[in-house]
Amino acid sequence: MSGALATPPDPRESALVDVRELRQWFPVGGSLLRRRDMLRAVDDVSFTIARGEVLGLVGESGSGKSTLGRALLRMTEPTGGQILFEGHDITRLPRRALRPLRPRMQFIFQDPFASLNPRMTVRQIVSAPLAIQRSDLATGARDVRIADALQTVGLSMEYADRYPHEFSGGQRQRIGIARALIMEPSFLVADEPVSALDVSIQAQIVNLLIEVRRKLNIAMLFISHDLAVVGHLCDRVAVMYLGRIVEIAPTRDLFRRPRHPYTEALFSAVPVPDPTVRRRRIVLRGDVPSPLAPPSGCAFRSRCPYALAECAGTMPALRAVHGGHWTRCIRDDLVLGRV
Amino acid sequence: MQGALGPVPLAVPSAAGDAAEMVLAVRDLSVTFATEGGPLVAVREVSFDLRAGETLALVGESGSGKSVTSLAIMRLTPSAPRVKLGGSVQFADSSGRTRDLLALDADAMRAVRGNEISMIFQEPMTSLNPVHRIGNQIAEAITYHQRIGARAALARAAELLDQVGIPDARRRLSAYPHQLSGGMRQRVMIAMALACNPRVLIADEPTTALDVTVQAQILELLKELQQATGMAVIFVTHNLGVVAEIADRVMVMYAGAIVERGGVVPVMTRPLMPYTQGLLHSVPRLDPDALGHEPLEAIPGTVPNALLPPPGCAFAPRCRHVEPACEAALPILEDAGDGHQVRCRRWRAIDAVRR
Repeated sequence: MSGALATPPDPRESALVDVRELRQWFPVGGSLLRRRDMLRAVDDVSFTIARGEVLGLVGESGSGKSTLGRALLRMTEPTGGQILFEGHDITRLPRRALRPLRPRMQFIFQDPFASLNPRMTVRQIVSAPLAIQRSDLATGARDVRIADALQTVGLSMEYADRYPHEFSGGQRQRIGIARALIMEPSFLVADEPVSALDVSIQAQIVNLLIEVRRKLNIAMLFISHDLAVVGHLCDRVAVMYLGRIVEIAPTRDLFRRPRHPYTEALFSAVPVPDPTVRRRRIVLRGDVPSPLAPPSGCAFRSRCPYALAECAGTMPALRAVHGGHWTRCIRDDLVLGRV
Repeated sequence: MQGALGPVPLAVPSAAGDAAEMVLAVRDLSVTFATEGGPLVAVREVSFDLRAGETLALVGESGSGKSVTSLAIMRLTPSAPRVKLGGSVQFADSSGRTRDLLALDADAMRAVRGNEISMIFQEPMTSLNPVHRIGNQIAEAITYHQRIGARAALARAAELLDQVGIPDARRRLSAYPHQLSGGMRQRVMIAMALACNPRVLIADEPTTALDVTVQAQILELLKELQQATGMAVIFVTHNLGVVAEIADRVMVMYAGAIVERGGVVPVMTRPLMPYTQGLLHSVPRLDPDALGHEPLEAIPGTVPNALLPPPGCAFAPRCRHVEPACEAALPILEDAGDGHQVRCRRWRAIDAVRR
């Protein structure tokens, strides 16, 4: 699959995941006399992921990136829109009908300490999906699958009867990845899989994910706030702000020439580990506005250094800049700073 | 930023220049925890100086001893017999007296803590009391150390909130911590830490829990406040980008010991210790021309078990330059010129190959 890595596959051609105008709203507050407010955690989000493609999803806390990842795997009930997975519309599928599709879509969690049951051995943890989905498998066949999954993530069968507390953070994350891989999924949602790890261990796990996608041709939604890691791993990147995608583009295009002021600000805020480099830094004013009361028009305008009066009018639509590069900004006259 | 002026003890150039007043001299600081598995040496013989106006970054991964070092200086580690502190921490206070903080009794230490030396932590929500208004919390820090009325203390709290960039400071005095965002809470923590004009601020991963755009704001704020007050800052972090951004000098810790230190430019552009080199290589760069799906240069293995440290260099089991002698005895911190020091017996050979 090295060819697919050099040029990311055309998304329309073989969409594995096709998301259309997805909404995930949550009711908050409210009482007998007051109507409940709607928190629009994910609003009008559309994109596709091709087979074997890795799409990065970046944004700050509260941008809705984790909610989006969970909605895609139907860990929540979407409020509106559509999710197509391998051609099936899974948006409203009941649990029972979803079950045969579940093995094909798996989740990798951020916290390797909280996401493994401390009372289960590695063997039990990794084989739990098999126990549910393939109860017909004989013990021998099951062990082969467990050994395969562990070997893929760089652990040996010797570890199979140990408990999570006997492992370091990096090894635990490997166990979590083995659990996700054992059903041979075609799609993984990885929610900040390296954020809780030490720098030297982060690189090991990033390398493992690169290897996994290369060997097994698995598509991935890689959710992270670390732009450097996203740049390293992903074919395309989507940037979220207050529940919406504000820019989506092939990684190289996004890094070379961001088209949305928020993307530019995000890039410029990342500290670079070289003390001899002094970059122009755009320090955004204030905090992300409350998603319960976003500004009118463009949600970013209250912090945008390039905002015009028109920006307060209507929410800008995603517009195509060129080949697969889309931005939700009305200003096409800006030449924004590259990374 | 360069320029070592002759052989100073523990020669390390500082941004403030060697003429700047020394505020903290840590000598052979050791911290040993008593555990069921035996004594655990979390910090071993750490020595360094800190001068007014400079920022010293303490870098390392979990278990490296960087946080314990800062807690020991503040005397915030559990008390004996659970924890044994060794060495000395000479602190020159604002009245010109120099005292060993490790030798102070609890009352005397309380008068220093939060007054002459302050600390901010990673998670501002757990450091603020959720049931008290932030104005009162800041005012309490002031009235504890200064003879000042409640009304004046609140006025000073408003001033501080304004100084740390909280809009509409006077009204915010009556806010509760949960009403503020993560960035705002960290600003409140900083305001509280600065309440008594400390000579030293210890910041333990203060931006790790924050988003990058907010992190950028807080780093800017800390730099401005340092310029204005001339305080010295010890900045504990694992983020090398933040180090490059804020530090004058860097100290890299591994398994409880200092393994490399010096000015930020020499350490980060010409790292001599294989561990520092490995750390710098394992972070992906934000460079659009270097994007690719190439594996990162990860450091293999994990940190050694602190209860059973290897007899020689603690990094030897993970080091690609290792030779048998490395595993025999703990190398000393050698001088590599320009105040750059490294704990590696092979640094000359490694440096020569690299160039």
